[in-house]
Amino acid sequence: MTKVLTDARSIRIKGRSFLAVVLSPDLPLDQWLDRLDDLAARSAGFFLDRPVVLDVSELPIKKPELKQLIDDLAERNVRVMGVEGARPSMLGPGMPPAMKGGKPASDVEVTAREPETETEAEAAAPAPQRQEAPQVRAIPQSLVIDEPVRSGQSIIFPEGDITIVGSVASGAEVIAGGSIHIYGALRGRAMAGSIGNTNARIFCRRLEAELIAIDGIYKMAEDMDSSLRGHAVQLSLEGDTIMADILF
Amino acid sequence: MGKVIVVTSGKGGVGKTTSTAALGAALAQRNEKVAVVDFDVGLRNLDLVMGAERRVVYDLVNVINGDAKLPQALIRDKRLDTLFLLPASQTRDKDALTEEGVERVIGELKKYFDWVICDSPAGIEKGATLAMRHADVAVVVTNPEVSSVRDSDRIIGMLDSKTLKAENGERMEKHLLLTRYDSVRAERGDMLKVDDVLEILSIPLLGIIPESMDVLKASNLGAPVTLADARSAPAQAYFEAARRLAGEVVPVTVPGDKRGIFGKLFGRKAA
Repeated sequence: MTKVLTDARSIRIKGRSFLAVVLSPDLPLDQWLDRLDDLAARSAGFFLDRPVVLDVSELPIKKPELKQLIDDLAERNVRVMGVEGARPSMLGPGMPPAMKGGKPASDVEVTAREPETETEAEAAAPAPQRQEAPQVRAIPQSLVIDEPVRSGQSIIFPEGDITIVGSVASGAEVIAGGSIHIYGALRGRAMAGSIGNTNARIFCRRLEAELIAIDGIYKMAEDMDSSLRGHAVQLSLEGDTIMADILF
Repeated sequence: MGKVIVVTSGKGGVGKTTSTAALGAALAQRNEKVAVVDFDVGLRNLDLVMGAERRVVYDLVNVINGDAKLPQALIRDKRLDTLFLLPASQTRDKDALTEEGVERVIGELKKYFDWVICDSPAGIEKGATLAMRHADVAVVVTNPEVSSVRDSDRIIGMLDSKTLKAENGERMEKHLLLTRYDSVRAERGDMLKVDDVLEILSIPLLGIIPESMDVLKASNLGAPVTLADARSAPAQAYFEAARRLAGEVVPVTVPGDKRGIFGKLFGRKAA
């Protein structure tokens, strides 16, 4: 049966970054779990409602042991949302997905607190967010690239604007949390406002893009007004429509 | 110490092997010692283009594995005393190449030769990355056609990230060699123009080799075009490119531009 697609509205696909707690277990695992129990006893409810990523890149274990470790953690109310540094053979159905491309952030402080009742610990859960805020602000808000972006390369900078002094080749992609400025021809893909920023814009000296997107709304080369091609263009979002202005 | 050049392109069939042989022979005719190395293990062709296919005993993989010494595997060209070929193995594949083995062979070749020219296989996999890994200079062979240009762009990105020079924070010297160029078709819009390709790839131009029957003829004869017919247009263009590689300043001429009124009349009559 063929489905008739009548709804012309596009689907919004966005990226968003969250701060996860990364656990890097070491061998022997039972001793590490004992130490984790120790920590949990000092700071009850620390892992409750927190996204936890398991970093196994330094851990020489196989699939059954990893599965056992994830189960052991689940027993302790630690729910693993993803596994970092695992070989594809170590993961399978029913296990958390592989994660990569994580950026380091400063260590998360575990505040020692007297064992309290479950409910109080749960109420304290939003507290860590206050620690996250200054970390995000400490990261520089712009990225400047002095070379052309070649086919097959992707420049990803969710924290802010990207400025490229050179061209972006066909088959290359630039993804920014903020705006994208290209002092050259844009022949590849540019995605601005990737973490949900409707005010982000794309600027380029010459528009020959394969695809452009702002805040998840995208436009392919075919859908673009052909009179824009080859011109210096500014692209911005107005509601759910990408607007283009020729710059002089 | 000699200079290591990698001749690379990403895309297949654009003229890497032809250009390796032609540049090697052109440099050797300047009385400089040249070794051309075939990295296309499993699909070797440089031996055919050099006319040495019947003299291959040992190959690159043998030297890497220690089955043969480098001087045993090197084949001296019958026409030029200073030109040598290190053939690839036809019965193995790219996995037979190892990082340490390639480093050792290139290091040894650099001691004896002024120029070590590595003919890279097509693609972006192990064979191609190992061929470019130890290079000092890259010659990026491109046809005036969109897919070739995009693949070359990809390769330039890899030259700037995956080579030893790039990893040590140095800049890899890169040159564009535009091959199979036909000025008439470029003017008609069937082909990309020189300026379009240069604008997209933004690396300096080493030379423009005109599309010519002489290239195919020379390949089938088993001779680099710079040896088979030194006066032909492609051979002249390769000689100029070789002089630029050696550091001479030679202005680049776009083939076909020099043709005057007689050339045009003659060209029309011939067609």
